[in-house]
Amino acid sequence: MAKILPTRTPMREQDPQVRARNYEEVSYGYSIEEALAEAARCLDCARPTCMPGCPVKIDIPGFIRHIREGNYQAAVDLIKQTNALPAITGRVCPQETQCEGVCVLTKKYEPVAIGRLERFVADWEARQGPPPLPSLPPPTGKKVAVAGSGPAGLTVAADLARLGHKVTIFEALHEAGGVLVYGIPEFRLPKSIVKREVDYVRALGVEIVTDFIVGTTATVDELLEEFDAVFLGVGAGLPWFLGIPGENLGGVYSANEYLTRANLMRAYRFPEYDTPIAIGERVVTIGGGNTAMDAARTALRLGAKESIVVYRRSRAEMPARQEEIHHAEEEGVQFYFLTTPVAFHGQGGRVRSLECLKNELGEPDASGRRRPVPVPNSNFHIEADVMVIAIGQSPSPILAKTTPELTTARNGTVVVDPKTMKTSKRGVFAGGDIITGGATVILAMGQAKTAAQAIDEYLRTGVW
Amino acid sequence: MYEILEKEVLSETVKRMVVYAPRVARKARAGQFVIVRNDEKGERIPLTIADFDAEQGTITIIFQEVGKSTAQMGQFQVGDAFANVVGPLGHATEIENYGTVIMVGGGVGIAPLFPITRALKQAGNQVISIIGARNHSLLFWEERMRAYSDELIVCTDDGSRGRKALVTEPLKEILQQRKDIARVWAIGPAVMMKFVSAATQPFGIPTIVSLNTIMIDGTGMCGGCRVTFTDGGSQFVCVDGPEFDGHNVDWNLLLERLSFYREQEQRALQHWKDHACRLDQAAETLEKERAHG
Repeated sequence: MAKILPTRTPMREQDPQVRARNYEEVSYGYSIEEALAEAARCLDCARPTCMPGCPVKIDIPGFIRHIREGNYQAAVDLIKQTNALPAITGRVCPQETQCEGVCVLTKKYEPVAIGRLERFVADWEARQGPPPLPSLPPPTGKKVAVAGSGPAGLTVAADLARLGHKVTIFEALHEAGGVLVYGIPEFRLPKSIVKREVDYVRALGVEIVTDFIVGTTATVDELLEEFDAVFLGVGAGLPWFLGIPGENLGGVYSANEYLTRANLMRAYRFPEYDTPIAIGERVVTIGGGNTAMDAARTALRLGAKESIVVYRRSRAEMPARQEEIHHAEEEGVQFYFLTTPVAFHGQGGRVRSLECLKNELGEPDASGRRRPVPVPNSNFHIEADVMVIAIGQSPSPILAKTTPELTTARNGTVVVDPKTMKTSKRGVFAGGDIITGGATVILAMGQAKTAAQAIDEYLRTGVW
Repeated sequence: MYEILEKEVLSETVKRMVVYAPRVARKARAGQFVIVRNDEKGERIPLTIADFDAEQGTITIIFQEVGKSTAQMGQFQVGDAFANVVGPLGHATEIENYGTVIMVGGGVGIAPLFPITRALKQAGNQVISIIGARNHSLLFWEERMRAYSDELIVCTDDGSRGRKALVTEPLKEILQQRKDIARVWAIGPAVMMKFVSAATQPFGIPTIVSLNTIMIDGTGMCGGCRVTFTDGGSQFVCVDGPEFDGHNVDWNLLLERLSFYREQEQRALQHWKDHACRLDQAAETLEKERAHG
């Protein structure tokens, strides 16, 4: 057996200085030669450690074996048995804390670049033209309503359509894709990829109705009059704010608003597109997750001279994907670690500076990460004219308010049986960020797959 | 697509449209709003529902041409369609028999005030209405308001119709004369609602205002519509409103937030006018070329 290379095959990327000013995708993806070189690094372990690290248990050594053999279609087909959206997860999964984090190579070397290989086969498939449609079973006559067209909604709809059920997705916004179109920027996940997945789901016979807010345009109870089951996959849409003085000054955005203006509404092409966004000379983003990285990097692309991230813990505790932090640093985003905002200050209703305190790291908290402890009288100001708050979100209260029988936890998440994704209300299932409060695309998809199985069983047996 | 079935010019800059939106019409109640988008490049614009007809599947919207998007809307004709209409959004007005109520409407705000006035009258309230605008040509729906009001006072800033006064003047007079006013509703420009709230505060009369802030999704997702209260709290207009206690709103911050994009709004309008102008010129050139054939 050939000697294993200690480092993974690099993925070619746009030059950081250039890409920080455009919206094109940062990484080019592997060529066939690069993919083959990287696939050769997989030891094809008899008892793979990577698979248990995957939330949907993709047969990782299996699909990499297919790549080595040059059988890319077989590789995609194998992944798609458990993961409907590999082009997306290959780009946005936190592989370093999942499959790659537990790859056996990490004991001595860099792990196999599983995510890049997943992306490679998915992109290879896309280049072959529209995916062939599976032969669909005869219609069962059962109807399912899916609320939300994000990762969970698209997955559950595709699975149920393949089982012969008639599925209608209801989307509140004017475009399908959920967080994949309003939240994750083009330079990280091109919209054409999302569109391809949406088109595929439509081709399976799923109807997508936009401009329809489940809970408001029609309640869950009203949907149950027309549909045999309902799946709630509306995500976690309610942004958290800091609750500090000056937060409602002009120029202070939630990350949701900032990214939605830039992505969904295409404010980066204002005035050709109608929606404006404040460009800002200096933009401060508060938070340390993927959303914060997206916002800070979007600020540069919109034309900000400086983009600064303020995070209360240190770099090691940042929840963002390693690759996103690395890309942000390369593009010139500055980081203020161990820094807690205490007030926004402004003039004439517009934000001008952020007052902060310095922190020290204390004992570990409930999340296992060391708790930031503010240093008294360490106040200092960061001047900036746009501020973006990216500290998390929870589910919108609209569904809970309009669906009395739906049990929710204190943080607003919908309570489900994790084996079936059944909610407390008969005929109603849920999955994705609406039950986790904000997790990953892959988890949402895994839950949607579980839900699809349970919905199918419920539709066939009528047993709740 | 959401087809425009009727269009009426109510005043120089205010237009009324009846739009086919059956899903919204089926659920709409007084006080709620919709978000509309003109076309694929359009922004999402919140507009109060001025009327609705569940049977016909229509809603009525009334808008004032102030920026690019509303100017473009104003050019739409019967048979054209909006790319998107979503709703109904926000809480409906709590309609009860409160006793005697005063309804204050300013400019385009008369439109959303009307269905609330009608509902309150039908619920048995004694209704005193005050409507106003800068001048006669900006006033509309006087007769409609009169039909559901026990008393109607009309004011204009320049005296070209009714009394030459701001709406707050007759309001203050009534509040001084009568002690039986249970509630006041005020819908109009933010600055008018601010002064109506200031006028009623010394009398301790609950005053409901309907806010129309900048927002994107209308479902609580962007938070751009947040309103600050004088007691320090904060809420979203889209899901917690659009009606709020006027005495608790931090009006100065609200007015500043409303004007945040003023410069961009000017740019967008200019860009659109230039573009529309070029299109007209191109059409003219084409016509001439054809004529000379």
